[in-house]
Amino acid sequence: MNRRMFACAAAALALSFGLSHGAKAETPIKLGMVAHLSGPLAGGEAVTHLPNVQLWLEEVNAKGGLMVGGKRRPVELVQYDDKTNPAEHIKAVQRLATQDEVDFMVAPYGTGFNIAAAPIYAKYNYPMIAVTAITDEIHELTAKFPNMFFTLGSTTGFVEGATRTLEKLRSDGVIGSKVAMVNVADAFGIELADVAREKFTAAGFEIVYDKSYPLGTPDLSPVVKGAKAADPDAFVAWSYPPDTFALTEQAIIEDLQVGAFYTAVATAFPAYAGKFGGAIEGNLGAGGVNPETDAMKAYRKRHQEVTGKAPDFWASATYYSALQVLQQAIEGADTTDREAVTAYIKNNAFDTVIGTIKFDAHNNSERYWSVGQWRNGHFVAVADTGMGDSVAPVAKKGWK
Amino acid sequence: MDIVISGLLLGGAYALVAMGLNLQYGVARIMNLANGEVLVLGGLAAFWAFVSFGLSPLLTLFLIAPLAFAGSWAIYALFLRPLVKRAKSRGQLEVDTILATFGMSFFFVGLMVSLQAEYFTYSFLAWPISLLGSTVAANRLVAALVAAAIAAALYLWLNRSRSGLAVRAVAVSPGSARLVGIDVGKVSALAFSLGGMVTALGGCLISTFVTLDASAGVLFTMKALIIVIMGGVGDIRGAIIAALILGLVETAVATIVDPGLTLVAAYAIFLAVLLFRPQGLFGRRSA
Repeated sequence: MNRRMFACAAAALALSFGLSHGAKAETPIKLGMVAHLSGPLAGGEAVTHLPNVQLWLEEVNAKGGLMVGGKRRPVELVQYDDKTNPAEHIKAVQRLATQDEVDFMVAPYGTGFNIAAAPIYAKYNYPMIAVTAITDEIHELTAKFPNMFFTLGSTTGFVEGATRTLEKLRSDGVIGSKVAMVNVADAFGIELADVAREKFTAAGFEIVYDKSYPLGTPDLSPVVKGAKAADPDAFVAWSYPPDTFALTEQAIIEDLQVGAFYTAVATAFPAYAGKFGGAIEGNLGAGGVNPETDAMKAYRKRHQEVTGKAPDFWASATYYSALQVLQQAIEGADTTDREAVTAYIKNNAFDTVIGTIKFDAHNNSERYWSVGQWRNGHFVAVADTGMGDSVAPVAKKGWK
Repeated sequence: MDIVISGLLLGGAYALVAMGLNLQYGVARIMNLANGEVLVLGGLAAFWAFVSFGLSPLLTLFLIAPLAFAGSWAIYALFLRPLVKRAKSRGQLEVDTILATFGMSFFFVGLMVSLQAEYFTYSFLAWPISLLGSTVAANRLVAALVAAAIAAALYLWLNRSRSGLAVRAVAVSPGSARLVGIDVGKVSALAFSLGGMVTALGGCLISTFVTLDASAGVLFTMKALIIVIMGGVGDIRGAIIAALILGLVETAVATIVDPGLTLVAAYAIFLAVLLFRPQGLFGRRSA
């Protein structure tokens, strides 16, 4: 009898607790994300985007959620895999908007995917803070899609950063004027190489080797041998992650002696330093950060604690900053009304881990680091646009 | 000389990719579209053993071999044998196995994404070796040597041993092989499992110089298909020679003409073989 009463009481208590708990929790804010969980871009997504969403959700929900209308509302993630397939991606975004009716979405990984998804974000009024999208069409795109924002810079900005870095090294007497340039034969590599051909030549550099190679080339030794035979002072590759790794490995094997060695995507990945260790001291690459600011130090520490791995030295922090912008805009506009939040993003400045983000009349944030250099385990910015805190590049001294 | 050596090393890597599929398709008649994923799984095992335990990929080979053999046997026995039994013709079996292994490839990709979503990248034997005046990477040389050893072992086994003879008999004519008392089911399972094993070993070696990721398998499946069809289905010699030709031509084109045209060259040869020798370099014209 006693036992039965106890059981009843316990059940009633549990029920009432459950009910009161259920009544107290606010309706979550739904955040949609279409990620490349598999397919060719999954490796980059897993480094740069996914851990930051995890970190941001953890931090926001630890506080009880986002403060909207005087109440904290938890954020719930709705995520789909697109297999790095643009058609699947579009379908999944459509589904998030119409079936799941998510309140907000985070921008996808890769320039092509951001541009492909922009019309749907625009159709349903989702603010789209693009990060891993680098293009020279920013003004045209934001004119067409006024809810689209850019944070990581333009193609020309990146090439100008690389050009300034090479010019500085030349004026320091580290390198001469002969540049060997290669690129991956894909929209990203071709666009960068086209702009670079023009900017390098205008800056008085002579391009002594200029070749492209197909995506997924299993053996890049002919490329590095060819570049070496041209006897360059600097080597520049507009490359993707697998070829960034392969070109660097071949350069070590061929003992390519240049005063500047630049590879593009993935140079900023912790795995790059993990693979090559001290051999990559002085290597240049796309991205870079200022690891000395307090905000950046705190961000890198939290990223390590929460996700168990280090962020990359480029877009990781910017992607996290884009989430901070969204957070501050929702709380600042004090609503989940998407048009109001978009207007708030346009008209305000945001305090983030990469410093202040303020969008110009073309929804573009002209503050980004463009070239980094490996120095003692950190990939430090040596060229930037609008940041003003990068350091001077130094010579690459052999491969040890 | 640079071209010949680099080309042969690349050809060796291609041979590792294609020999396994050749056994599976040529003997067991399984058009295994999950071949590339098995290769990447081998690479993942090597990466994981190296990063977690500092185990040399050359030792990991010996761990992978029995696991891949047993795993392939289980896949054959559980998922593919019912298809073999049901199939009324070779064409039907091909269609069924293409669909089944295509599905399997997604399962493997999902499995690997959950284990390691980032790139499998590490450094092993990444130092230069001077070979006849040409600089080559030690890891590529090792991979090519092991490929040569595997190829030689397979060739000797197929051509000198009794069980190898049975395998060749099944490759030529499964129907007649049964008439002379060969257990076709068992020989097919053996060929499929050996093929899976060789493929996984190839992945282990290739991961030392190619940065793999969970989704890279399909590229290898494509290359393997081209090589197997070029060389002649079911002929290990053909696959090896086709792989070497492909390696040499790609390297020559990349060095002399333009690295951007390597794929064009590979497909041009493929097209030429299909047009002028549709049964492959060493294949038999089907009756």
